[in-house]
Amino acid sequence: MSIFDFFRTPKKASAADQAKERLQIVLAHERAGRDSPDFLPQLQKELLDVIKKYVSIDDDKVAVKLDRASGYSTLEVNVELPAPAKGAARSGGAGKVAAAGKA
Amino acid sequence: MAKIIVMTSGKGGVGKTTSSAAFGTGLALRGFKTCIIDFDVGLRNLDLIMGCERRVVFDFINVINGEARLSQALIKDKRVENLFILPTSQTRDKDALTEAGVEKILNELKKEFDYIICDSPAGIERGALMALYFADHAIIVTNPEVSSVRDSDRILGVIQAKSRRAEKGEEPVQEHLLVTRYDPERVEKGEMLKVEDVLEILAIPLLGIIPESPAVLRASNVGMPVVLDDKSNAGQAYSDAVGRFLGEKIEHRFVKVEKKGFFDRLLRRTA
Ligand SMILES: Nc1ncnc2c1ncn2[C@@H]1O[C@H](COP(=O)(O)OP(=O)(O)O)[C@@H](O)[C@H]1O
Ligand SMILES: [Mg+2]
Repeated sequence: MSIFDFFRTPKKASAADQAKERLQIVLAHERAGRDSPDFLPQLQKELLDVIKKYVSIDDDKVAVKLDRASGYSTLEVNVELPAPAKGAARSGGAGKVAAAGKA
Repeated sequence: MAKIIVMTSGKGGVGKTTSSAAFGTGLALRGFKTCIIDFDVGLRNLDLIMGCERRVVFDFINVINGEARLSQALIKDKRVENLFILPTSQTRDKDALTEAGVEKILNELKKEFDYIICDSPAGIERGALMALYFADHAIIVTNPEVSSVRDSDRILGVIQAKSRRAEKGEEPVQEHLLVTRYDPERVEKGEMLKVEDVLEILAIPLLGIIPESPAVLRASNVGMPVVLDDKSNAGQAYSDAVGRFLGEKIEHRFVKVEKKGFFDRLLRRTA
């Protein structure tokens, strides 16, 4: 450190620091994803098959989404059930199940 | 035993060809019989950087296709003993690189040379895969910049999964990091990734740090590998990297800003 460093603006995360952090996050996921094939389409299809055993729904009413953050991933499954028949007790609507686990 | 070195990066324009020319010439200067092969089929440039563009008659693809003998395509450097260039085709595309064809030529070269440097094209498709497939060593050319570091990581993954050594379950390809276009001034200002950061992220041994230098453009203008400009910092940094590759212990240079301000001189004089 030189005496000229005193005249610098107080330290905030420099552009280089931000670059490093972003790289660390994105590469952690890309490295993890390298050996695991993209299973989401298959998962979506099988979930749909299971749900169809019990409820009749259209193919596009099940959506799965994987969200990656540092350290963990969230798997979000959205199942849109058909509107209940008139007079029936209120149920259904959009059901949402979220599962979190280590990436 | 001949060694095959691939100069690769994933990303384009980071300095693979510049480094292939400089590194190969550096090995030859130390007495090793060295051949540099241009794998960038369709975008021939190694010939220009090496200054032998007017001597190209036959190329790598001609040899693969049996249209010429290897000895007819190899160009002997006029400045440095032991140095040869195998130029690529300007008109064909990368599908001309067949695995069997590349292997046959590399095997032939291995009988005669100590080092074979494969100057990889950018990307992770056929050309890049063929350049790295037979490698014993991989020099990963990386700029201190996000997309270059990410692509380097990607190409490391490819080397670890798809090289011949990986497929055959042999000793893995030895990886080396060559950081190029490093600008200590911008690093000091916090505008550019530090070499330590790149090293921490990619986690492979550091072979060298080549500073951003006007000498590189100057050398390319006249078709001279920059390592022959031994006054230039980039030339010296490449020469150091060759030494390290051969096992010498050499400190990294040109990583700190050279102090030359008025105050600095004043302070130094009175110190
Ligand atoms: N250390 C350096 N300093 C300044 N310019 C450089 C340096 N290394 C490479 N360059 C320039 O960067 C450009 C791309 O280099 P090149 O070796 O052709 O990259 P690649 O083969 O990876 O596409 C060229 O214009 C070259 O002169
Ligand atoms: Mg190139």
